[in-house]
Amino acid sequence: MAFLQVENLAKAYPGNDAPVFEKVNFTLEKGEFVCIIGHSGCGKTTILNALAGLETASGGNITMDGREVAGPGLDRGVVFQSHALMPWLTVIDNVKFGVRSRWPEWSKVEVEAQATKYLEMVGLGAALHKKPAMLSGGMKQRVGIARAFAIQPKMLLLDEPFGALDALTRGTIQDELLKIVQATAQTVFMITHDVDEAILLSDRILLMSNGPRARIAEIVEVTLPRSRTRHDMHHDPRFYRIRNHLVDFLVSRSKDPKPAGQLHPPVVRPGEDEPAEPPLAA
Amino acid sequence: MTKEHWKSLLLSAILFLVFLGVWFVATQPKESAQQTAAQDEYAALMGKGAVKATGFPPPQEIGKAIVTHLSDPFKDNGPNDKGIAIQLGHSLARVGIGFALAILLALPLGFIIGMSPLLYRALDPFIQVLKPISPLAWMPLALYTIKDSNLSGIFVIFICSVWPMLINTAFGVANVRRDWLNVARTLEVRPVRKALMVILPAAAPTILTGMRISMGIAWLVIVAAEMLVGGTGIGYFVWNEWNNLALPNVIFAILVIGLVGMILDRCFAGLQRLVSYTE
Ligand SMILES: Nc1ncnc2c1ncn2[C@@H]1O[C@H](COP(=O)(O)OP(=O)(O)OP(=O)(O)O)[C@@H](O)[C@H]1O
Ligand SMILES: [Mg+2]
Repeated sequence: MAFLQVENLAKAYPGNDAPVFEKVNFTLEKGEFVCIIGHSGCGKTTILNALAGLETASGGNITMDGREVAGPGLDRGVVFQSHALMPWLTVIDNVKFGVRSRWPEWSKVEVEAQATKYLEMVGLGAALHKKPAMLSGGMKQRVGIARAFAIQPKMLLLDEPFGALDALTRGTIQDELLKIVQATAQTVFMITHDVDEAILLSDRILLMSNGPRARIAEIVEVTLPRSRTRHDMHHDPRFYRIRNHLVDFLVSRSKDPKPAGQLHPPVVRPGEDEPAEPPLAA
Repeated sequence: MTKEHWKSLLLSAILFLVFLGVWFVATQPKESAQQTAAQDEYAALMGKGAVKATGFPPPQEIGKAIVTHLSDPFKDNGPNDKGIAIQLGHSLARVGIGFALAILLALPLGFIIGMSPLLYRALDPFIQVLKPISPLAWMPLALYTIKDSNLSGIFVIFICSVWPMLINTAFGVANVRRDWLNVARTLEVRPVRKALMVILPAAAPTILTGMRISMGIAWLVIVAAEMLVGGTGIGYFVWNEWNNLALPNVIFAILVIGLVGMILDRCFAGLQRLVSYTE
């Protein structure tokens, strides 16, 4: 049995006849990095919130590590799109708040050490005692990541964590995230709108069709070596095949989902299966 | 201090001097008021001694009153001759106690109301009706049921302070950003810790705004309340001096009320700055 199992998940809001999404099925293995891509409003955040236990689905079930997910918990760390730092606490106090919640029995020194360790990991060792208002958007987002990582959750949930950042900052933080994830073998579920980001970070990419009645239309396996970096990824022809496949889906195929009745979405490996195409001008 | 600061300070000083000058000129004894000896005699006969000034007192009279009162602020020669500090102390004690009682009720109740949309809606009509009632309108009821003028004064302060605090606390608590609550939920933070570590600091600026408004109202109300119930306090002092027709003393008291009110407001502004945060 997979580490995380999502079966027939559906969400309908009262008053709307068509559910936002339905028959959503996918799994996550331990240590796997999975991104979900889809057009705005298709229900990605809702799925992530259901995994976090912050929102109840109207149908289906979620099991993680053999247990039904019934509410929010410390075994899942969430990085919110709006970073959600508490502005009255300093950077380190924000992280310590999480650490202390996770290990209430720890001493002050241990809490401090854990928080410092993860803040240094995201490159914020020099900003420990600043208030979030004094940080740039990218730094705030990194504090959010440190807070989620520092409680050492079984699974990390990231909702467009870099959505508000400029391309340059985004790249730096992606590299950092990649390093940390490779070092800790963290299980991650992440929402993104950025195709390149998804390819760089994920083992698999879930493609979601447009709502209402959105589904996971396809699962794309990223067949690049795990040691890929932002820098050399662009020289791999497989990268362009995968990228074209994803863009193609978003542009033309996301509107008509696969026929209903099919329980599990097809798994495709565009990097390997398709004939080589001339790379697009990136 | 910047140049702008100095400029505004200078302008304030000039305005004040102009004000004093106009006051001085306007209250000069008029020609006709230069009384004849016969009129003086008449006045003496009628028992109006020269001590009781007629007309609006000129600024130097106020100056004299200020010096007299400040030279012995703690005197206590019976109910009608207490020093200004003693009177202020009585007023501040009433305000302090009434205000503290209001905090004890408004903070917990505001928290509960703010966390429960059901209670929020259920109690809203009562609050809306009770809020606009002038606190002095409660005075007869208070005097009748409590039968103690001092406690009635405290009650009036309590009742006027409680609404802004209650409303602001409930509003602040109800409007804590969802994100922060979600963070607390995913971290499985216990309810008490959540209330103290997340909701309270998040709502603190709103709560303190309510307290600052409450304190402003309480200081307005205490003067009127003490005029009504008498006995002690700055309000009673004003009333007493008015009965003595000692206008310089009344003006002195007005100045003191204004200054103390300003200091109280500054204190709360400082507290507000302490708990405020920028997102
Ligand atoms: N309270 C609600 N009542 C009714 N419909 C809602 C409610 N909240 C969300 N929705 C609908 O649910 C759908 C999915 O929302 P969700 O936030 O999950 O989208 P998303 O895929 O994360 O979009 P984005 O990429 O823009 O963040 C939207 O179409 C939205 O209109
Ligand atoms: Mg979203």
